[in-house]
Amino acid sequence: MLVYTIRRFLLALLTIWAISVLAFAIIQLPPGDYVTAYIAQLASSGVDVTPEFAENLRQQYGLDSPIWVQYAKWMGQIARGNFGRSLEWQVPVLDIIGDRLWLTMAVSLSAVLLTWGLALPIGIYSAVRQYSIADYIFTFIGFIGLAVPSFLLALILMYLGFRYFGANIGGLFSPEYQMADWSLGKLWDLIKHLPLPALILGMAGTAQLVRIMRANLLDELRKPYVITARAKGMSEFRLVLKYPVRAALNPFVSTLGYLFPFIISGSIIVALVLGLPTIGPLLLRALVAQDMFLAGTIVLFLGVLTVFGTFISDILLMWIDPRIRFERRE
Amino acid sequence: MSKALTPPESGTAFHSELDDIPIASAAEERVSVATQWQLMWWRFRKHRLAMISGIVIAAFYLVAIFADFLAYADPHKTEAFRSLIAPQPIHFFDEGAFRPHVFGLIGKRDPRTFKRVYEPDPEQKIPLRFFAEGYEYKFLGLFKTNRHLIGVDGGNAEELIFLLGTDQLGRDLWSRLMIACRLSLTIGLAGVTLSLVLGVLLGGISGLYGGAIDTAIQRVIEILRSIPTIPLWMGLAAAMPRDWGVVQVYFAITVILSLIGWTDLARVVRGRFLALREEDFVLAAELAGVGQMRIILRHMVPSFLSHIIAATTLALPNMIISETALSFLGLGLRPPAVSWGVLLQDAQNIQTVALSPWLLSAAIPVIIVILAFNFLGDGLRDAADPYG
Repeated sequence: MLVYTIRRFLLALLTIWAISVLAFAIIQLPPGDYVTAYIAQLASSGVDVTPEFAENLRQQYGLDSPIWVQYAKWMGQIARGNFGRSLEWQVPVLDIIGDRLWLTMAVSLSAVLLTWGLALPIGIYSAVRQYSIADYIFTFIGFIGLAVPSFLLALILMYLGFRYFGANIGGLFSPEYQMADWSLGKLWDLIKHLPLPALILGMAGTAQLVRIMRANLLDELRKPYVITARAKGMSEFRLVLKYPVRAALNPFVSTLGYLFPFIISGSIIVALVLGLPTIGPLLLRALVAQDMFLAGTIVLFLGVLTVFGTFISDILLMWIDPRIRFERRE
Repeated sequence: MSKALTPPESGTAFHSELDDIPIASAAEERVSVATQWQLMWWRFRKHRLAMISGIVIAAFYLVAIFADFLAYADPHKTEAFRSLIAPQPIHFFDEGAFRPHVFGLIGKRDPRTFKRVYEPDPEQKIPLRFFAEGYEYKFLGLFKTNRHLIGVDGGNAEELIFLLGTDQLGRDLWSRLMIACRLSLTIGLAGVTLSLVLGVLLGGISGLYGGAIDTAIQRVIEILRSIPTIPLWMGLAAAMPRDWGVVQVYFAITVILSLIGWTDLARVVRGRFLALREEDFVLAAELAGVGQMRIILRHMVPSFLSHIIAATTLALPNMIISETALSFLGLGLRPPAVSWGVLLQDAQNIQTVALSPWLLSAAIPVIIVILAFNFLGDGLRDAADPYG
């Protein structure tokens, strides 16, 4: 078990390294460099810039050294907690990301929790009452959930909300709390606003999980031990929950590894539609404005967040399922 | 998982054997001499939803091919006077006779908001003509013509018909939707083809050689899959030079999408390779002294080709969603290119959508196509293993 955990951990580190290279590539890809952009900005605001000044800046930022040295320097800075300055806002990147990172995590986590909370009872119900009307209805909703991309779902719900309730259903805070400092009231306001984005983000994942849960449980329910228990007069409720459900629970944890990147991905674009103050709209803005340190840092953060989620799900899976534990030991 | 729900074709033949021996054995005979592809086709045919979806998808690609013919207004022509006109219903019957027509529109100013509004005028009936003349285009890229499926007398359809309304710049939405099918449907195909090449190559190598190469490729796949795709795509797409033309952007997007898309296909191919390597018929071929390349191409590939086709079909909708999402964000295809994502860009903010909901109409084909591809892929996957 320890060996497996260590192997997983090393793989997670490797992934984070790969993501950091990709994030660096994103910073480097656009034509020109940070200084070109900075000088263009200075020039547009009327400051005269001499070529020597530009050269000095380049040396200062190490832009004249080879690319791998630049990468090493960037990583070195990050290790010291310095993520660079945002070009557009002229403040350290971390100051801008701050709250938004936590809100992104709050939205993503609540989407995962909602996915689980919905998929478990629906999956069990659909399997136990196979081919009932409710089973068909859930299957139908599930297909819609799988087919409608989350940002379209968000757009359509926004429209319906506006049309029939006359309210803007986006955002994460009521207007009076938008600028307020954190307080219990603000937290409660956030919790009230979370279900909708969580539902939109979790829809596709829920649909998939229900299908897996239903199929697994159906396989499990046909096994002889269930018949034995029933023959011995165990109540149907206990019968289903005690063993078959536990055996069918695996996908809940094992899909978390894919669910998490998927939800974080989706949250970027859904946040844009719903106007959520998360990291998504910031990333788009940074990319469009070629504010590359900000964009690179966000990609790095999102990547690390995902890898962390995946790592935890792997460890959880090993913990709940002895089959995996023993297989690895051989 | 759905295998349990649909009994195999041969199974039904065995059941009826008890009741009616001559017919059953004829059916059984038919099953036992059928080729693998025939068995798959029979299996697939039973999946109603997949059959219907196949037809729907074929219809969409036909629309893409004949898009210009189905449109009636030049999709790029802007006109400020026709900005944001609401969809206009077609009336099929006039005084009991089949005479399709639309009502003319009268432009007014809202006395309070000074906004331009258009109201239908039931007095003014504009008859629709089939195979009418309209703007000029090249039919299938071969010869010039100006015939369109529908139009009006006089050939100025863009001034009179607005089946799905117009956008902010006064361009006809129906016509743009037709033209958009082209980019949206082909970019998925192009992306999936590239992923397929990468997936088969790397998955094949991984499954065939095993060992360290396999481990390395599997790690790469695991790493790629645990990176959130949309931020990565956004980063890469944003790095595209702003002055690139439509074609360049199109290919760049294809490459970006298949960068992640190949991992699923590689997994399928590798899994099949590993499973087949242990099969007796492969061992038999090896013992008979057949070369490795010939074993792969002649004996192994045919037995997992169907799985690859199914996996490819299931990968397509993701490509289409991704293109739509990127274009919607303004990082994918850019105007003057027309794709469903580009059309949806107009519907980005809630104020516009609330006032002119018809701008959302590009969402409908997206949803239909994705649903259809998913059903088709499910049907193909079930049919891919006709002996199961």
